[in-house]
Amino acid sequence: MAEKTVEFIITRQDSPDSEPYDERFLVPYRKNMNVISALMEIQQNPVNADGEKTTPVAWEMSCLEEVCGACSMVINGVPRQSCAALVDELEQPIRLEPMATFPVVRDLIVDRERMFDALKQVKAWIPIDGTHDLGPGPRMPENKRQWAYELSKCMTCGVCLEACPNFNDKSDFIGPAAISQVRLFNSHPTGAMHAAERLEGLMEDGGISGCGNSQNCVQVCPKGIPLTTSIAAMNRATTLHAFKSFFGSDEVV
Amino acid sequence: MAANRDFYWRRLHSLLGVVPIGIFLVQHLVVNHFAVYGEESFNKAANFMAGLPFVILLEIFIIYLPILYHAVLGVYIAFTAKNNVSRFGYFRNWMFKLQRWTGIITLIFIAWHVWETRVQVGLGNADLDYSLMEGILTNPFMFWFYIIGVVSAVFHFANGLWSFCVTWGITQTPKSQRAMTYVALLVFLAVSYIGVRTLIQFAYGV
Repeated sequence: MAEKTVEFIITRQDSPDSEPYDERFLVPYRKNMNVISALMEIQQNPVNADGEKTTPVAWEMSCLEEVCGACSMVINGVPRQSCAALVDELEQPIRLEPMATFPVVRDLIVDRERMFDALKQVKAWIPIDGTHDLGPGPRMPENKRQWAYELSKCMTCGVCLEACPNFNDKSDFIGPAAISQVRLFNSHPTGAMHAAERLEGLMEDGGISGCGNSQNCVQVCPKGIPLTTSIAAMNRATTLHAFKSFFGSDEVV
Repeated sequence: MAANRDFYWRRLHSLLGVVPIGIFLVQHLVVNHFAVYGEESFNKAANFMAGLPFVILLEIFIIYLPILYHAVLGVYIAFTAKNNVSRFGYFRNWMFKLQRWTGIITLIFIAWHVWETRVQVGLGNADLDYSLMEGILTNPFMFWFYIIGVVSAVFHFANGLWSFCVTWGITQTPKSQRAMTYVALLVFLAVSYIGVRTLIQFAYGV
């Protein structure tokens, strides 16, 4: 009896500058397998569908439970985490491609550096260190903590950017993920002490004004983060900040 | 150009699309609708508009410069997007793509329309009256060119109102944004009716 197999067509690329090509694999089926366990199978036995020995397919992974964002790739045309993509729920042949909006490092590994640069541009952190113990920060209201928690689920996976028509090599747009992080850190009582700095990061080139409201991001976010609500909220915050810093006197000594 | 000015250029672009350009568009189509009440009343209205005090300054600062700025930055914005409705066929993504397409169509239409009417009147080659428009629109090709141009412009305005509300942070919640979608749809239908009705009057005299 023939062994039951799963067919994969994987877009491969040997180096950042070389041409991509497709390679077909037949992986022995196991119950409840996901895309990652299939990739592990190929790694152990790197033989393509024509029976030729090939190099193992390279990909990134870490947590295996959809919280780290490292294993994002385009699976049957949909950008998502490969650890959460169950083979039983996918149409075959299963097509795996790297996310096209990022530079490819090798095979399914992409360079998401631009996302981390975006977080730096908007200062997506809360500075708490002092030369001495500054004591506990202000309390956060429970209802605010609840919605802010939803924003904190962002894992910088890049799926929103793969779907965004304005995040590409022709623009310097930072993308929805970083904009939503400004809302998260500015809503935190200690983070709010540096709210203006983050808003100014959003108002730099490539910042919030790069959004064209296609609203794909909120549709594809694997964590269901209300990204477009965050963008609109930060649009209001930057509007007010712009008026306050031009007409007001709070920032002027 | 100073660094980090994109934010202000883009906000100015968004504002100009509504004030004054959007207001001018509605006013222009409403005044033209006088044609439906007869040649006489159109000529009276057109002459009133053309005879406004400081009309050339009004035209430059309320119409030409804002549209020129909106068009130049708009073309840049349209060509920096990589449309992907085939992969992500969501409603808003379609609106995003149509907003860029109608912007380009409207620009081509306006350039031709201004050349054919305002410039020719200014050069003394044509008189600003009902028969000028009748002469243009009785040509079936020009009639459809004008239909597409006017409907594109109105779509771009109505959908632009929606994104204006997001860009300035007026509509934040999905609920308010959905309500604004219906408002924009009503604006599109109502203003399109006014514009198309006038074109039919010029072309077919009914």
